[in-house]
Amino acid sequence: MPAVAETLDTVQSVTQSAYKWGFETNVEMEFAPKGLNEDIIRLISDKKGEPDWLLEWRLKAFAAWQTMQEPHWAKVGYPRIDYQDLHYYAAPKRRAGPQRLEDVDPELLRMYEKLGIPLKERAILAGVEGAGLPGPIEGRADVAVDAVFDSVSVATTFRETLARAGVIFCPISEAVREHPELVRQYLGSVVPPADNFYAALNSAVFTDGSFVFIPRGVRCPMELSTYFRINARNTGQFERTLIVAEAGSAVSYLEGCTAPQRDENQLHAAVVELVALDDASIKYSTVQNWYPGDAEGRGGIYNFVTKRGACRGARSKISWTQVETGSAITWKYPSCVLQGEGSIGEFYSVAVTTNRQQADTGTKMIHIGANTRSTIVSKGISAGRSNNTYRGLVRVLPQARGARNHTQCDSLLIGEECGAHTVPYIESRNPTARVEHEATTSKIAEDHLFYCRQRGLSEEDAVNLIVNGFCKEVLKELPMEFAVEAQKLLAVSLEGSVG
Amino acid sequence: MLEIKGLKADVDGTEILKGIDLAVPTGEVHAVMGPNGSGKSTLAYVLAGRDDYAVTGGSATFDGVDLLSLEPEARAAAGLFLAFQYPVELPGVGNANFLRTALNATRRARGEPELDAVQFLKLARAETRRLSVPDDMLKRNVNVGFSGGEKKRNEVLQMAILRPKLAILDETDSGLDIDALKIVAHGVNTLRGPDFSALVITHYQRLLDHIIPDRVHVLAGGRIVRSGGPELAHELEAHGYASVAAEAA
Repeated sequence: MPAVAETLDTVQSVTQSAYKWGFETNVEMEFAPKGLNEDIIRLISDKKGEPDWLLEWRLKAFAAWQTMQEPHWAKVGYPRIDYQDLHYYAAPKRRAGPQRLEDVDPELLRMYEKLGIPLKERAILAGVEGAGLPGPIEGRADVAVDAVFDSVSVATTFRETLARAGVIFCPISEAVREHPELVRQYLGSVVPPADNFYAALNSAVFTDGSFVFIPRGVRCPMELSTYFRINARNTGQFERTLIVAEAGSAVSYLEGCTAPQRDENQLHAAVVELVALDDASIKYSTVQNWYPGDAEGRGGIYNFVTKRGACRGARSKISWTQVETGSAITWKYPSCVLQGEGSIGEFYSVAVTTNRQQADTGTKMIHIGANTRSTIVSKGISAGRSNNTYRGLVRVLPQARGARNHTQCDSLLIGEECGAHTVPYIESRNPTARVEHEATTSKIAEDHLFYCRQRGLSEEDAVNLIVNGFCKEVLKELPMEFAVEAQKLLAVSLEGSVG
Repeated sequence: MLEIKGLKADVDGTEILKGIDLAVPTGEVHAVMGPNGSGKSTLAYVLAGRDDYAVTGGSATFDGVDLLSLEPEARAAAGLFLAFQYPVELPGVGNANFLRTALNATRRARGEPELDAVQFLKLARAETRRLSVPDDMLKRNVNVGFSGGEKKRNEVLQMAILRPKLAILDETDSGLDIDALKIVAHGVNTLRGPDFSALVITHYQRLLDHIIPDRVHVLAGGRIVRSGGPELAHELEAHGYASVAAEAA
């Protein structure tokens, strides 16, 4: 019977490769009981050793959340979520720091391997004692990684280099302890605790995330990156990220996500807040590849995220770049509040939906200061029986004289059963403002595929080439190492979507 | 050698090719002429493997390989190139990247080593110079914003870089001014040699003043109704398709 067994193995490996990053890590977990109430919030706060003000802040958010309704205006549909049937806290059990890489939980190391984290970084990430790494890693641009393994940041690298520059890059729970005045000043100042249903939920129960502080006049000496992974059954993920760039500073932050495959839907409601003061610039890039569910729409992540940046200072700049290929449902509108005079907001997005995925994503550009400028470039790709909606708001307030916006929304359809929708909201209350909106919808036509195939390309290569061409304007905004990853991701996501 | 025997094909249930017999020996250039609607472009598409055409009978082989059983990309790897009458635009896809991907795909299929970016650019630049095509055509996106003439020149440039064994030119002369026509003709003529064959599909004789064919075939009503030497093109020009077709019938 070996031949049969081999066939079974082959079939299994073929079907599993449909989601190449769909693996699960069996690290011992520590769970809070299911459900959400004040006691759970107190437990989370206590586990983190938080000060009283933060507990009060959480409880207020929870009180607000209880009075709020889940929003249903997006063009997405899903079964009712029972918020009392989720775990709100899970942490990998930490032993005392391992002495050698061989002592580290092999499951964890295997996960890093699959994620493509370089060998030298793995030891540091796994918290091996004495595995300091002051210099750059061979063959790779300087990237500092803060790996979020479920809710607790496993480790943080490149601390020394960053510290020398005065940059703070650490888990937000640590920042609460080490830099309470900074956290207290900025937390919730861009996304208030009661901003919306999911933001309120996040504010009540967030367990971890990253904190970045770039002091006045400092250009962050390396790209900052965080790998978020969701790894526990029925554990909602409530990341909280806060990035503050003081006057004249600059930072580029990368966020990449993959998640293990599983059957039950998982809720993810993160909040990201960015603050840019005078002449500061923040570039925030995301490659999101959470489990999208199977071909019939079973399983997959619900990604209900609030991301917002405040350009508080004059001439400050916030740029969002996202490549979204994963999640069963995406509800996400990274926004810029352009308060400072002459401040700039940018949003570059590629959203791919296949099979039964649903994405309702876009941005909000709120022009408050004079001569503020914003650019929106959105590329939606729909395949299978998916639905892909761009929803964007450009609001020009009365005092924003000379404000300018240019929006370009392009949709690409693959196949006959998918949908693409563009829902732009434009509100201009200043007569000197200039707001432009361009939208196109096209299909990968038989003509295009045949032309490429006649030149010798396979159908899949032809689709990749056409899709990458379609997304080029956005992909070129990504930092180099992410651009390559993103191109691969597009190819993997659209495998088998034609024909 | 391209050998077509009794080839029949339908489009949407209508028979367009009604039994084509045609042989192009290796090293020869043949012209296929005919009135509009005679099936010239259908013949080109069927040979290249376009989906919307259903082959209902006959055969087409190239150097003994059954073309009709192959996917379009495998036909390309076997050495077949089609210069399109209406080349498509590929936004965001650089011409050089497109051509290198295509060239390497065919090289891979033939078991030849792939070319890196530097090797490819060297080869591509040599061809642009030879064809008097501006270098920046390689940098532009495939056919995006190209004039009609530029698109046709780009087809010829692609052909020169991909070096097919059998080129089919589907009315590549349509819409070209005389200068562009000469460039296209030059592109084909420089490829001529003992290992290169071409099927030049055209409505007008003027292209054949610049690409002198070894044989001329007249396609009418889905069949080859007459074949002859280069002088047949002049006869068609003088008397029109109607008389030639009527004479044959």
